Amino acid sequence: MSGLLGLYNYWIVIILMMTGFYAVIARPNLIKQIIGLFIFQTSVFILFISMANIEGGTAPIIKEGIRLYSNPLPHVLILTAIVVSLATTALGLALVVRIKEAYGTINEDNIHVQDEED
Amino acid sequence: MSPELTVLACVALPLLAPALITALHRWPNPRETATLLTSGCLFLLVYSLHDDVLRGSRPAIDLAEPLPGLKIGFEVEPLGMLFALLASFLWIVTSVYSIGYLRSHHEWRQTSYYSYFAVALGSAMGIAFAGNMFTLFVFYELLTLSTYPLVTHAGDDNAREGGRMYLGYLLGTSIILLLLALVWTWSLTGTLDFRAGGILEGVVTPGVAGILLVLYIFGIGKAAVMPFHLWLPAAMVAPTPVSALLHAVAVVKAGVFTVLKVVIYIFGIDFLANIPVTQWLMYVAAATILLAAIVALRQDNLKLRLAWSTISQLSYIVMCALLVTPLGIVGGGMHIVMHGFAKITLFFCAGAILTATHKTRISELNGIGRHMPWTMAAFTVGALSMIGIPPTAGFISKWYILLGAIETREAVAAGVIIMSTLLNAAYFLPIVYVAFFRTPNDTLESMPGHNTRDTDGEAPPLVVLALTVTAAGTLALFFLPDLPLDLMLQLSGGSP
Amino acid sequence: MLISDLPVLQVVIPLAAAPVCLLLRNPRHAWACALIASWLVLAIALMLVQRVHAVGTLSYAIGAWVAPWGIEYRIDMAGALMVLVVAIIGALVMPFARRSIEHEILEKCTGLFYTCYLLCLCGLLGMVVTGDAFNLFVFLEISSLSSYVLISLGSRRRALTAAYQYLIMGTIGATFILIGVGLLYMMTGTLNMVDLSQRLPEVANTRTIMAAFAFVTVGVSIKLALFPLHQWLPNAYTDAPSVVSAFIAATATKVGVYVLLRFFFTVFGMQFSFDAMHVGEILMLLAVAGILIASLVAVFQDNVKRMLAYSSVAQIGYIILGISMASAAGVSAGMIHLFNHAMIKGALFLAIGCIFLRLGSAELRDMHGLARHMPWTMAAFVAGGLSLIGIPLTSGFISKWYLASAALSGGYWPLVVLILASSLIGLIYMWRVVEVAYFHVPGTMMHKVREAPAVMLIPTWLLIGINLYVGMDASLITDITRQGAEILIGEALQ
Repeated sequence: MSGLLGLYNYWIVIILMMTGFYAVIARPNLIKQIIGLFIFQTSVFILFISMANIEGGTAPIIKEGIRLYSNPLPHVLILTAIVVSLATTALGLALVVRIKEAYGTINEDNIHVQDEED
Repeated sequence: MSPELTVLACVALPLLAPALITALHRWPNPRETATLLTSGCLFLLVYSLHDDVLRGSRPAIDLAEPLPGLKIGFEVEPLGMLFALLASFLWIVTSVYSIGYLRSHHEWRQTSYYSYFAVALGSAMGIAFAGNMFTLFVFYELLTLSTYPLVTHAGDDNAREGGRMYLGYLLGTSIILLLLALVWTWSLTGTLDFRAGGILEGVVTPGVAGILLVLYIFGIGKAAVMPFHLWLPAAMVAPTPVSALLHAVAVVKAGVFTVLKVVIYIFGIDFLANIPVTQWLMYVAAATILLAAIVALRQDNLKLRLAWSTISQLSYIVMCALLVTPLGIVGGGMHIVMHGFAKITLFFCAGAILTATHKTRISELNGIGRHMPWTMAAFTVGALSMIGIPPTAGFISKWYILLGAIETREAVAAGVIIMSTLLNAAYFLPIVYVAFFRTPNDTLESMPGHNTRDTDGEAPPLVVLALTVTAAGTLALFFLPDLPLDLMLQLSGGSP
Repeated sequence: MLISDLPVLQVVIPLAAAPVCLLLRNPRHAWACALIASWLVLAIALMLVQRVHAVGTLSYAIGAWVAPWGIEYRIDMAGALMVLVVAIIGALVMPFARRSIEHEILEKCTGLFYTCYLLCLCGLLGMVVTGDAFNLFVFLEISSLSSYVLISLGSRRRALTAAYQYLIMGTIGATFILIGVGLLYMMTGTLNMVDLSQRLPEVANTRTIMAAFAFVTVGVSIKLALFPLHQWLPNAYTDAPSVVSAFIAATATKVGVYVLLRFFFTVFGMQFSFDAMHVGEILMLLAVAGILIASLVAVFQDNVKRMLAYSSVAQIGYIILGISMASAAGVSAGMIHLFNHAMIKGALFLAIGCIFLRLGSAELRDMHGLARHMPWTMAAFVAGGLSLIGIPLTSGFISKWYLASAALSGGYWPLVVLILASSLIGLIYMWRVVEVAYFHVPGTMMHKVREAPAVMLIPTWLLIGINLYVGMDASLITDITRQGAEILIGEALQ
């Protein structure tokens, strides 16, 4: 029981990761691919944050009387990673806008067809 | 100038000559003078070394060390001396011939032609004087690359095809087989120096040595041992003086020279004699001699016939090397020189015929001896030398080859030499016969575009001068073979 | 004082120069700013190599926070070599860039271009010098994000899809690395590479660490375009602006290889990577497949940039092949080829950049008879090609020699033959270009074509010069790589 479901945070991570990954691979719509990529990255953030949690620990603020608190480092790391991921998403979406301007479509299959014709 | 510096100058001079030749691009006469001057100086430089070498000194100089332990360095020994003398002397003659030939054909890109020619000769010098196998390999590849633009000089589709074959075969064999052999030898022995008695004895088992020998012999594609011989006929798309360079002066001679070097200084002939593979490879060379001669018999194109004849004659030298006896080595070395003189004469004649009459086929040569007596007389001398009939140079080398074969009791080798002599006669004598004793074809006389010069004339004087010199050389070497013979005997350390 | 700050200065200078470029409206000024920054980086790189050579591994604590708590910058001989590669290429493409960029990129984007270029340079240098696993991820993303932008600036619309495709694959790769780093942190509680390497053996047999290893390996393999994870590379190199192709081809994948080396040897240790995880066998197989397949594909390409891109995939195979032998000789051979290939590919792409400037195309069919009009450019291309094939007296020969002898001493017979034989495939595809440029009759369009300007030819020939110099005297580079390989392997053995 606690073996499989006790680690439910990992299950969430895996489900999210596969959802995102599937969208990236299988969706022809470029916007949906970017969304999938974002979900994929988010799952990793949850992985980091959930592992920082310590049972019974509080927020990592030094205060009288509190000896047990969560590991602050993963939070800091993930803050950086979120920034990176936002930048990636923004850049990806900007590219999609440019692709839409250049090709008139955001469907990957149509773009391939147009590239073949060039 | 100290001998060491002279060695360096011998390699550097032709490699630097293109700068001068290119600078004189706009003035053809000074440009050709530059080529002639360079070749003349080179020969004098090489000749000035020869006394020292005969006296037993071995001038050596190291230039660079691209990889730790692998030096670019030069060392002059008798065999290299012989090759360098041959190449530098024939360069002068070929330059004279080239001037006459290119000008009468109004060839394009003459400047780059002379430049690459000089680089090719510089590479040949590098091969001749290489102090270790690595240096030799470097210049071997440089020679391939510098002759590629010469082979494809015409610049048309044919030339491109021929160039592809040329580059593919020569780079292919040298990179896959020869380089593999070098890396392997290096990893086994830690050196690639040329040493008397070889560097492999005692280090490798006969089995490994056998594989290495196969890699070396076939890896040296320039020696054109079957089945890596097809580049030679393909390279016949080149202008005639280039073919002469390939066949007589630099390329194929560099190949067989490398074979001799490997046999003598990498393996050592005593060590090779104990390896069973040696004999098998000798049979391959023997087969090449006969097969190529038979193919030559069937060629109607004069240059192609000469090309196949070269394949056959090269294997003489490879076979000599693989007889692994001092006499065989002497024979092989002598044959480099003798065949060089005879073959260059034949190519010069083929080019002269092309220049004067625009004929390339043997079947068109009826009665040509009456119009071009000098050329065909020279051709006859060359042909006799190829067969090995006295008083021509070819007799001397064949004599030593036969002695070597008899000494080792190789009945196969001796038989092959006799058979091939007959075949040589069969494919060369008919040309001489039709040229002098048949009446000219009528069709040729009436061909449009023929002016009177064609019917009564020799090729341009410079062309005739060049082929006369080499034919005279072929005769002279019969009577005065001392220079090459002394060098070869010093190498083998014995008396005839 | 300043000397001890060199490791960080190297990263800070391009990072600080990048916004300046953005603010300078005038393209010329932005170019001058990027030029000065990249040359400063080269000067620092040379000083770093000299210092590492003199005093050994350098360590620098960012903000004086001592490792393993603070971020450590750490440069050993292998790192110094990589810094040098990136800095040389970075400095040499800049003089080339002005004319090429004026021709290929809209004027209003020029400032942005130089900004992204400097960010990319900063990211690549940071990846090399950092000794912190998470910091590595950050620098990786800095370089990747800026290179997506650089690629998308290409003149054809395909550049956009190429950049997009690279973005998707690159982000997946980077996220994999992030997962791997996270798992490592989970098990050891540290992110410092040296610290990691000391703590990992205790927990090495857990499944988490194996998963971390797999994630990191796959993630980095995407970045370095290891076959079969290379699909993003041909499109990206083909459609990017010429300068970007040259810069990225010569540096980005090489830094990827370096990161792989760091993880295999420094972080996980040779024992774990090669004995427990058998990564050597897997890499060798992929490298061999990559060499053969990518070389053969290159033969059939009609766009010369695409051909060179596939050739890059094959050449990365050679580098990985050296590493996969897991011996000092093999790793050192791989690193030699890493350096040499960076110089060769840089030179070849710059030569193609010269051609693109004059022809507006890199298609083979447009290059008929080009050699008569651009003799110096084509001569550089031929020289680079010969080096790629591995003709003696070029740097390619040195790599091939070391790779072949490393394979021989490791007893990998078939590999020796493969290494030598596949260089002939290189001969085939390079010679297609040579034949077209030298033998075909020039078309009518060709009359207007002139030789490329000297500011573009000189950097190209400088790279060729480095190739030829290494071919003549490789002692410097073999010395550096031998020390680098010994440090990597030595760390692994401790």
